[in-house]
Amino acid sequence: MSDVAEPEVVAPSPMMPEPPMMHGVPLSDSHGQRVLHPTRAGYLKLVCTLLDDTFTMCADLTAVDYLTFPGRSLPDGVVPERFEVVVNLLSIERRERIRIRVQVPAEDAVVATLFDLYPGSEAMEREVFDMFGISFTDHPDLTRILMPEDWEGHPLRKDYDQGCIPVQFSTDFAARERAQ
Amino acid sequence: MTDRAIQDIGVQDILSTIREGNEPEQGLKPRSELTARELLREVGAVLRMSEADAAKLGDIPLDPAEDQTMIINMGPQHPSTHGVLRLMLELQGETVLRCKPIIGYLHTGMEKQGENLTYMQGGTNVTRMDYLSPLNNELVFSMATEKLLGIDGDIPERAVWMRMLLSELNRMSSHLLFMATNGMDLGAVGMMIYGWREREEVLRFFQKVTGLRMNHNFIRPGGVAADLPAGWRDDVLYLLEMIPPRLEEYDTLMTGQPIWRDRLQGVGVITQAEAIALGATGPILRSTGLEWDLRRDQPYLHYDEMEFDVIVGTYGDAFDRYAIRLNEIRESIRIVHQILDRMPGGDYRIQNKKVTPPPRARIDESMEALIHHFKIFTEGFKVPEGEVYVAIESPRGEIGCYIASDGSATPYRLHVRAPSFVNIQCLPHMMRGGLVADAVAVISSVDPVLGEVDR
Repeated sequence: MSDVAEPEVVAPSPMMPEPPMMHGVPLSDSHGQRVLHPTRAGYLKLVCTLLDDTFTMCADLTAVDYLTFPGRSLPDGVVPERFEVVVNLLSIERRERIRIRVQVPAEDAVVATLFDLYPGSEAMEREVFDMFGISFTDHPDLTRILMPEDWEGHPLRKDYDQGCIPVQFSTDFAARERAQ
Repeated sequence: MTDRAIQDIGVQDILSTIREGNEPEQGLKPRSELTARELLREVGAVLRMSEADAAKLGDIPLDPAEDQTMIINMGPQHPSTHGVLRLMLELQGETVLRCKPIIGYLHTGMEKQGENLTYMQGGTNVTRMDYLSPLNNELVFSMATEKLLGIDGDIPERAVWMRMLLSELNRMSSHLLFMATNGMDLGAVGMMIYGWREREEVLRFFQKVTGLRMNHNFIRPGGVAADLPAGWRDDVLYLLEMIPPRLEEYDTLMTGQPIWRDRLQGVGVITQAEAIALGATGPILRSTGLEWDLRRDQPYLHYDEMEFDVIVGTYGDAFDRYAIRLNEIRESIRIVHQILDRMPGGDYRIQNKKVTPPPRARIDESMEALIHHFKIFTEGFKVPEGEVYVAIESPRGEIGCYIASDGSATPYRLHVRAPSFVNIQCLPHMMRGGLVADAVAVISSVDPVLGEVDR
């Protein structure tokens, strides 16, 4: 398992002494797209606020495993953890998008589900559970969705062994049959 | 695996479990025991049953004292499920009470594979996700990469217009295939042949331009792979002349037909609030009367300069979705006409040495150009740190690409928001209370592509 990132990587950029906030949550700009960085505890409350603020559609929900890249840039005051749940919300009324990135520690990979707010997040959260092993509390059907039910491990984690089956290219069919 | 599990447990054990009522949390509860909250969840597209449990329950004889319901399995090899979609249906007589789509049969780990391919190679990966609109997949991947590189404003005009041309023709080919499969699913077998025939004409043009009928890897970060071939304008004009009369034929064959209307009207109804809550996009969302098309509402490329209508329905049923797709072909034809009028000359890819390999002629005369060419194709180009989400309108809805970069030549994380993956969550809604005979019509009207559902 990984260590938590070194503290110096979260040093704020000197150009931005006071990080901008939105709904009481650090706001950053990523290539012109607004990104909010709530804590795990404030995550559900923030999404509730945004849902009331016309963000009526959950366009996308996914996760990233930052095991081998802990030094990513985050706004001041956000502690990097191994996992990040990334939610893209869409306001059809205002034609706007907003992104939420929640830090999720590896030793306690649990996040609140958005199912009660956005039923459409059901399959996406199942996919994140399947691929990253991040659990969603109160999710109605937290089972594997893409991998077989008895699969071990979570494939999109960075420490998941990527095996390969060596393919023998041979035209000596007799030898191949003997081997069998 | 499932068979073994059934043998291990034994039918008697399951029967006694059901009679005693102490099923596991994931099990299917008798309908009388459903609480309001559970029903709400179920309406939220969940059948509270795992795959193995469902399989077990489907195998045992029905207890006459229980509800007269039966769980049947549709797929994954059913010809009408568009690939390898599997549905568990709980039926009472001919009525569908509940439905759960079970997916993953085509999962090939494309997002994981995307982390090992350079940005140059990534196109070959994403193009295979939604194999019916490969150019839109490549487009969204390229746009996300360009945004990370900071060159999204510097793409040459000709490349942008070529991307639009190909994207719209791809929308036409995808919708034409929908016409074919939708007709086939409902028994209009002649339509299947016609739809495939027209689509093939579009693919023939793609083959001329990109070299391949599908999975082109033609739209790449920085532009497109090659210029349009000589005579391309005549080929496009041929398509634009050939397809509209054929669409009139479709109208004669299907749109006005009483049988066709009876099979589709009022089938698979979804309301606007449900569609938004479930994250449905594309023709499903538009069939509920909401004008939402990313080409118009969050314009990319030069769609803001194009004149076209966003087609919407009224009732949110399967007929609306059919009619929307049929008319979107006509709108795409309108757009392509405008693209033909305005196609500029010039470069077809960005002249930025970082992302574009040197032209073939330079390699013969310059050692540096050869090294540069070799390095771009072996190591790829480095993309600055950051993360970005780009969404465009694919024929099936919003296709999004989320890339997190760690500054290396491969994406740290590549995620594709596949419209079909989200849209098939609507199936339980649309089928609820409908007839099992309409199930195929409903699946067909959602038009899922299992390649991008499972990725």
